[in-house]
Amino acid sequence: MTRTKIRLEHLTKRFPGQRAPAVDGLSLEIPEGEIVILVGPSGCGKTTTMKLINRLIEPTSGRIVLDDEDVTRVDPDRLRRRIGYVIQQIGLFPHQTIAQNIATVPRLLKWDRARIAKRVDELIETVGMDPATYRDRYPKQLSGGQRQRIGVARAMSADPDVMLMDEPFGAIDPITRDRLQNEFLRIQSELKKTIVFVTHDIDEAIKMGDRIAVLRDGSHVAQYDTPERILVDPADDFVADFIGRGASLKRLSLSRVRDIELGEWPTTAEDADPAEARRTLLASDKGCLLVLDEGRRPRSWVSSDHLAGAGGRRLSEVGLPIAVVTPHATLSDTLNEMLTARYSTAVVVDESGAYAGVVEIDTINEAIRGMRMRERSAARDRLEAESGTAERPDRAP
Amino acid sequence: MPGRVVNFLDYLSTRWDNLLELAIEHAAVTVVAVLVATVVGVALGTATYNRPRSRQLVIATTSVFLTIPSLALFGLFINVFGIGTTSVVIALVMYSLLPIVANTVVGLREVDPAVVESAQGMGMSRGECLLRIELPLAWPVILTGMRVSTLITLGITAIGAYIQGPGLGNDIFAGVSRLSSPNALNLVLGGTLGVVVLAVLFDLFYVLLNSLTTSRGIR
Repeated sequence: MTRTKIRLEHLTKRFPGQRAPAVDGLSLEIPEGEIVILVGPSGCGKTTTMKLINRLIEPTSGRIVLDDEDVTRVDPDRLRRRIGYVIQQIGLFPHQTIAQNIATVPRLLKWDRARIAKRVDELIETVGMDPATYRDRYPKQLSGGQRQRIGVARAMSADPDVMLMDEPFGAIDPITRDRLQNEFLRIQSELKKTIVFVTHDIDEAIKMGDRIAVLRDGSHVAQYDTPERILVDPADDFVADFIGRGASLKRLSLSRVRDIELGEWPTTAEDADPAEARRTLLASDKGCLLVLDEGRRPRSWVSSDHLAGAGGRRLSEVGLPIAVVTPHATLSDTLNEMLTARYSTAVVVDESGAYAGVVEIDTINEAIRGMRMRERSAARDRLEAESGTAERPDRAP
Repeated sequence: MPGRVVNFLDYLSTRWDNLLELAIEHAAVTVVAVLVATVVGVALGTATYNRPRSRQLVIATTSVFLTIPSLALFGLFINVFGIGTTSVVIALVMYSLLPIVANTVVGLREVDPAVVESAQGMGMSRGECLLRIELPLAWPVILTGMRVSTLITLGITAIGAYIQGPGLGNDIFAGVSRLSSPNALNLVLGGTLGVVVLAVLFDLFYVLLNSLTTSRGIR
């Protein structure tokens, strides 16, 4: 196991006037470079727990250890400058430009102007936006998704190695949320930050987490494990209930396109001669060809009917649109793309958008079947283990 | 009636320099009073906006100030600060406080809590957060308070002439005290017109100030 980055020791938070503590003696180890998800029903104390880490809420008792240093008593402002912070409402400063917003922490840390300007542009680019266009805009001139990206960029500005994120993608429409989640995972795969991520959405937890802490009232840990283990082997009924139905369907979110073997598909260039393309099609065992442009980017599907009716047009102009996914996409996303486009094949493209292979619905089916088999055998093992313990009289409940 | 108008225009053209001098005094007193009230009012509002008890106390006190009849207050101040500019300015500051304090409180309370939370979450101290985030966001509302205070002050400054304060009130009082004399009405009209013109000019100034000092992001 990797090094522990953050260690919470018997953390307790009691709000005045409330009988039960919001966080009750929580101990948790957060490994370096991983995304740890705090997930649980509303009111379970997950947000309070997160705010205890950067001491926006001061703990009643217990210790917070960051990088082997007890930070329970250090200056909270200095501590927070070391920790990136993103909340659901984002909280961009409306009277400041995007560049000024991102520069907040570097300015607090008294970086020089040139360094700040360089860092700002770099970050706007990291989150997939154009610095020249957006640098001098104000938050109100951005869409919800763009604001969220800037919120993440702002949290990363001083390159903190720890980030706290409270439902960062909660207030965004499902399509944009999906894209932002994928982008965030791509950024994370390069930066390897230690991230504490709060959500109430188990699907998001499974998709984003390297490790999930399922919390119940008082921030008691019901189970702290990898998404895979939580889905396959929930610790108790609370966790099982929380995961809900369709655990095997959820597990499609655990596997990504890059984890499975991609299929091959016959292709043709968009400026190819229809007659020649037709010969390629006949030589293959498929019903259509994938048209690629000069950059090998997939453009359309063409069947023999399309080829016959092509006339003098480019092949990319005559075919049917395609469903495209990246290697980072989960199998769940891929299945979704296929169902939306009503194809049984999704085309996989690499970072530059070039054709990398295809995923067929059968492949996904196969993956589901494999998971089901494993689950059944796990359930059988569990049953056997339980009946084994039941026979022992000294283990009464 | 047309004769009256011609008569008043004649008056204006001969007493033009005197009126201008009084108007400048009038404006200067107003500016000083509103500036002092802004410093005090913003400080009071900032100190109390998230403390319900003291906030109510401050708002109630400054409300009481505003309800005291100005003539009575000036009369009282003769005994405390003597006659003249000092008494007038102190009274004017008291009258200007309520709009500025109230608007500072409203402006600060209207700042989105998420914005403040993210500022603190990034490690801004309480003071930095106030100066860089909260007060700039509340600024347009505070400015509106200053604008209201300025209008109130312009009117009350005129009454300050009662205890020999400066400004256009001197002409108005002079006119009122010898209503039978031929120039009486001109004096009153000239002083009143001067106050109205000042009010319009100050309003224009605030429009300009608002567009110069409010961030494009919150306009």
